Amino acid sequence: MNREALRAAVLAALGDVAPEAELDRLEPAAELREVLDLDSIDFLRFVQHLAAATGIEVPESDYAQLATLEGVVAYLAARS
Amino acid sequence: MSEFRMPSLGADMEAGTLVEWRVRPGDAVRRGDIVALVDTDKAVIEVEIWEDGVVDELLVAAGQKVPVGTPLARLRAAGATPPPPAPAAVAAPRPTEKPGAAPRAAEAAAAPPAPPASAQPPVAPAPIAVEAAAAAAATRRVHATPLARRIAESLGVDVAALEGTGPGGAVTRADVERAASPPRAAVAPAALAPPAAELRAARARQAMAAAMARSKREIPHYYLTTRIDLAHALAWLAAENARRALADRLLPAALLLRAVALAAREAPEMNGFFVDGTLRPAACVHLGVGVSLRQGGLVAPTLRDADTKNASVVMRELTDLVARTRAGVLRSSELGDATLTVTNLGDQGAESVHGVIYPPQVALVGFGRIAEQPWAHDGFLGVRPVVVATLAADHRASDGHRGSRFLAAVDRLLQTPEKL
Repeated sequence: MNREALRAAVLAALGDVAPEAELDRLEPAAELREVLDLDSIDFLRFVQHLAAATGIEVPESDYAQLATLEGVVAYLAARS
Repeated sequence: MSEFRMPSLGADMEAGTLVEWRVRPGDAVRRGDIVALVDTDKAVIEVEIWEDGVVDELLVAAGQKVPVGTPLARLRAAGATPPPPAPAAVAAPRPTEKPGAAPRAAEAAAAPPAPPASAQPPVAPAPIAVEAAAAAAATRRVHATPLARRIAESLGVDVAALEGTGPGGAVTRADVERAASPPRAAVAPAALAPPAAELRAARARQAMAAAMARSKREIPHYYLTTRIDLAHALAWLAAENARRALADRLLPAALLLRAVALAAREAPEMNGFFVDGTLRPAACVHLGVGVSLRQGGLVAPTLRDADTKNASVVMRELTDLVARTRAGVLRSSELGDATLTVTNLGDQGAESVHGVIYPPQVALVGFGRIAEQPWAHDGFLGVRPVVVATLAADHRASDGHRGSRFLAAVDRLLQTPEKL
């Protein structure tokens, strides 16, 4: 997957977890959990959706690298 | 023969609107089957039936709003023959007795003076019908499928303004989408119709307000707080999650719920109901779990028998409950009859929460955000992940000593996470 495809997959995963979020206005450097009001269950579901879409299972110890949209895309790009 | 009644789907529910029947007269039903959809103002709930039988008659039509406890349908035992079609004379108000059938003088002498039969009001078909009609007139409820309602809300379409083309004139998804398009340029869809989502939120807020005001009016709350060291629990969790498949990962919330459920089993004064002036401890532990909705508001679905399920099962059920609560698709067995409620602010939340008890429950446990704190232990100061656990309890049912023991038990249980 290239970065554009990864970005689309990340947005789709966020859309599944927070259907009412206005993702087209999401700033690449915004803190996802704060801006989208994701709790830990939402975040776990987000990671599960990412794995389903990309095949990459993010270990808990790497969650800190998934703080922002650009962070998630960079993390996945480095592993795909 | 038995009656299926409008269930209470939460302490703040007084009435519900029957949105849709999933069964018809003559259908056989089994315990646990979903027989109807009910709109509680907070959400559309799939309502299950609690006995086996055959639907004899539906007493309330789709679209009617009726108080909790109103009979919705009559059931007969499976295998029983249906009663003969009711002759008109039975269903209709009984015709007044023919005068002269008995010697009037004898009657007058033998019987105490009674109002003449003709003066008695006819057997009311059912007060429900009157109430329902009034409610329907007041709110003009419309028959629409739950999916259509949800889509209508998201598109800002008022289902009440639509002509339904579905079965029985129900408003369907297609009707809603037709109404939403073509998008009238320059005018936001929300400006065209009353914002249904806002109305729902306002009604949910009113229901919540009534329950919470009642709680604070009637329940003498007392509050206890304790700080719990989660270093051991979180270390165990991290190690456990590292070896588990992604789908089976645990969150601290699952451990907190399990610890409360097990502690509740040892503390009957915290787990049960205060009814008619006395504490009625519950035999099981059904945890109400506060779930905040992103659009605002709070729903507390029930995680049943939480004391008998391990942390993995609790985690799975919790994830499912939260997702379906937010999507607005809960079942009746998942609302109501919680014996104790837990509110967990999560890792974006404040440090502690002193909650309001859901009547008729007698306690509510609150957890704040888990945060690193200075912690003195064995004469040394260290940094540990700490959660503040708060108990709000009903002073009519328990006292601070019992409450303290309960919180101490929660703490103790969290120190052996592998047993949760």
